[in-house]
Amino acid sequence: MGASQTRAEHQYQDLADKTGFSFEQIKNLYQRFQQLSGNEETISRANLDSMPALANNPIRKQIIGAFFDKRNQHQDEVGSCDQIGFEQFLMVMSHFRPPNLRTTDEEKEAMRKEKLRFLFNMHDSDNDGTITLAEYRKVVEELMSKSGEIGQETAKAIADAAMLEVASINVPNMGPEEFYEGITFEHFEEILKGLEMESRMHIRFLDVDTLTMRCGKSQS
Amino acid sequence: MGSSVLCRAGILRGVSCMLLLLLLFCFGGKCEVQESKPSPPTNLQPVENEFNQPQAYPEEERTNLPMFTMDYPRIQIPFEITLWVLLASFAKIGFHIYHKITIWIPESCLLIAIGLIVGAIMHAVKEEPPAVLTSNVFFLYMLPLIVLDNGYFMPTRPFFENMGTVLWYAVVGTLWNSIGIGLSLFAICQFEVFGVQDINLQENLLFASIISAVDPVAALNVFEDIGVNEQIYIVIFGEGLYNDAVTVVLYNMFSFLADMPVVESTDVFLGVARFFIVAAGGILFGLLFGFVAAFTTRFTHNVRQIEPLFVFMYSYMAYLVAECFAISSVLAIITCAITMKHYVEENVSQRSCTTIRHVVKMLATVSETLIFFFLGVVTITTEHEWNWAYIVFTLLFAFIWRGLGILVLTQIINPFRTIQFTFKDQFSLAYGGLRGAICFALVFTLPDNINRKNLFVTASITVIIFTVFLQGISIRPIVEYMNIRKTNKDLNTINVEMMEHVVCGIEDLCGQWSHYYWKDKFKKFNDRVLRRILVRDNRAESSIVALYKRLELQNAIGLLDSPMGDLSAAPSIVSLYDKRKEASRPKRKFLAGDVRKMHDILSKNMYKIRQKTMAYTNKYNLPDDTRTKEILIRRHASIRRSLRAESFREPSAQNTFKSQKYYSLRPGGSLETAFELRRRSNGADVDLSARPQSSDVSPRSSSRSILPMRRLNTIKESGGAVEPPAVPPHPHTDQIDGDKDPHEPMQPPQLPPPPGGWVRENQNGEGNPLLRHPSQGSRGSVSF
Repeated sequence: MGASQTRAEHQYQDLADKTGFSFEQIKNLYQRFQQLSGNEETISRANLDSMPALANNPIRKQIIGAFFDKRNQHQDEVGSCDQIGFEQFLMVMSHFRPPNLRTTDEEKEAMRKEKLRFLFNMHDSDNDGTITLAEYRKVVEELMSKSGEIGQETAKAIADAAMLEVASINVPNMGPEEFYEGITFEHFEEILKGLEMESRMHIRFLDVDTLTMRCGKSQS
Repeated sequence: MGSSVLCRAGILRGVSCMLLLLLLFCFGGKCEVQESKPSPPTNLQPVENEFNQPQAYPEEERTNLPMFTMDYPRIQIPFEITLWVLLASFAKIGFHIYHKITIWIPESCLLIAIGLIVGAIMHAVKEEPPAVLTSNVFFLYMLPLIVLDNGYFMPTRPFFENMGTVLWYAVVGTLWNSIGIGLSLFAICQFEVFGVQDINLQENLLFASIISAVDPVAALNVFEDIGVNEQIYIVIFGEGLYNDAVTVVLYNMFSFLADMPVVESTDVFLGVARFFIVAAGGILFGLLFGFVAAFTTRFTHNVRQIEPLFVFMYSYMAYLVAECFAISSVLAIITCAITMKHYVEENVSQRSCTTIRHVVKMLATVSETLIFFFLGVVTITTEHEWNWAYIVFTLLFAFIWRGLGILVLTQIINPFRTIQFTFKDQFSLAYGGLRGAICFALVFTLPDNINRKNLFVTASITVIIFTVFLQGISIRPIVEYMNIRKTNKDLNTINVEMMEHVVCGIEDLCGQWSHYYWKDKFKKFNDRVLRRILVRDNRAESSIVALYKRLELQNAIGLLDSPMGDLSAAPSIVSLYDKRKEASRPKRKFLAGDVRKMHDILSKNMYKIRQKTMAYTNKYNLPDDTRTKEILIRRHASIRRSLRAESFREPSAQNTFKSQKYYSLRPGGSLETAFELRRRSNGADVDLSARPQSSDVSPRSSSRSILPMRRLNTIKESGGAVEPPAVPPHPHTDQIDGDKDPHEPMQPPQLPPPPGGWVRENQNGEGNPLLRHPSQGSRGSVSF
């Protein structure tokens, strides 16, 4: 018992350093991980798919995909894996940490870039570094799919409009013959410049165990 | 130069008007003194003219029919009220003649200044101000109007996101201020040298609770003008709003206690308990009335004329019932307004909606104007009691405790916030704590058994004038100098929505919740339960779509209301341009240009919606319509152009006139009926043979006339059919077509695409083609 505990602590220390979570948060997330994976070592897509809580979210495919996307692991790999371990789980979660009073401006900048990169990866499903029109359309379609009777054409229209806006912001003097390839990461950053990403895209990871705090079904 | 001359002339005119009115008023007042006993000539009753001598029954006099009589006392009260309101409104007109004044000097300052002038005049002619500002009048008539305005136009989203912070500052902050100032003043009172020993603790606390009522209107105006970030804005707005409620509760509590000779600890305990009861009760009543109001408006589609009435009556009812039970009426009316607003605005017609907003703003402005005006008058005409020590210390403590309070409270709550308040933010929060109308009204209506009432009145007038003038005028340069964190209004809606969904999803995965969770949950509950009951046309829609519909509706109404002149502007140049463009245009058209315009509208509208919520909180103005107007005028231009381009077979003038005709609503009709009319009567006009899929929509339907919008078809509200049905199911859908807003008026018009769908458009380097070839199988028109 004692040995495994210190090993776990050691592990946690590693993880804490890499992801920036505190020990309690890691412990909680580990429990959640266990729950999701059914006490296995790794989570597969099927595990996440079967969560009822996610069922209403229109972009759940992208969200789930983000977990298995290697690009979110900060290791410069591309592609996706089929199973993820706890460390990868934490790495993905770490994109959603909020800044606190102590983060410096450079750290905030870095966090922001990370979050933007996360969002970007969600759009860019074929890992080629640009969001093409087709990909963006897909995302918007999914986004709109849950909200009422929006047809596909609408979603297409909106997606195109958004692409055009990006293009007009970033490449303002494009000639009529040119062809806009797709949104690169820099362009993506540009259009989301005004959004206070570091303070809006965050989750308040709690330090206390939330399993007992939830009302309703505990397995989800 | 000419404009300044004009301004001066305008100012002169305005000033002379005001002077005229002042004189009129003074004479009116004088007349009141003289004609206390009306004696119409045809008085046949026996009159005892002298009390000394016995009088024989007078003979009946024969008098003729009087040509001219005057009976002033009969109309006296309404007349004087109207005169006061008119005078104050004239003053407001006067301010805006030279618009730069209101930038540098807040309106409350100007109103008080005018009030001072009027008061000086009245004092000079030895006139008494009308004793209209009694406790009842204030609490029953003036305060609900002000608070309704605050509640109705409160930006709910930022408020709920920051609710904890707002309530923290409002409740705890006000308590801190009241108790702090009260205790310090009581300490000062202990010194014999100041001569205020007879003020006991309760009275001090009462006075302190009145003084701590913050009214940050001027600060809000400044903040909004310079676009300070949302957090500070909403905190100071919410604080100003909710501490009205807290102040009134404290006021009632302390005035009750002030009557009692001795205060025991149980009373304090009871006071605290009472506070919670009052607050909870207020919210409960508000919710109740709000839901009932929303439910009622579900059935008012046949009586559109009295729809605005429901909003006012229910809110006022909530207020009165709460007053009856002595729970927080301010909270009741605010909650009622917030609850009712969304559902009501979906149920009522657009005109009723506009009416409601206008009237709420108008009443609130009148009420507030009167109070400030009265403040100015009373300053001069009332008898003051000046006590250097007390007043100076009041001022001092007011500042100190506010500053301290903000500091301490922020330190405590900052760790719980994700966007913390910096010192600059805190300074602007503290500095923006001006005192205003509520403070004055409360102190003026103190019961007369408070023996130092005059001192209190003097002290609070001093504080108000000091803060309003000094802080109000200086806050703008200071804030600009400090360069507070600004907000950025240009957000990409889609990405924002996406981000919120992502965060929600991840939260579900984590099994942990934060405020997005509640927002999602509430939205679900709202869609499933509340909207079904309260809203007449219940269709869940995403925010983008709702946004779009709203804008379209607004544009449609604007089109209906706009004068003919707009549309007939600049036909020739445009048509020339069109002909040229047409020739050089390749056959394949790009749809995305329209889409981009739609997205422009989207983002512009997003900007506007944000601005709308912010602008509504400016107490003296309605939301700024210039953007809609801007879009509207551009649309006019595009419509003309498109009409011209499209209907090369018919004289375009005819088109416009015809379409103009059918744009008018029948009296009592709704948009639906108007479109029906239009659709039916616009028989077989423009033939757009190039548009094959338009077969199901009648050629001259409303959507037609607003070309080139066909491409973007209608939002399908019912059924998932991609093909637009023969009769567009929802009038909004037609209008959404009409939304082609070019960037500049001189952009080339849109021509309908061939049935291939997406094609490239040959624009002047503005548009960006996304595809080189028509996309696979998509229709030319896009249905929403």
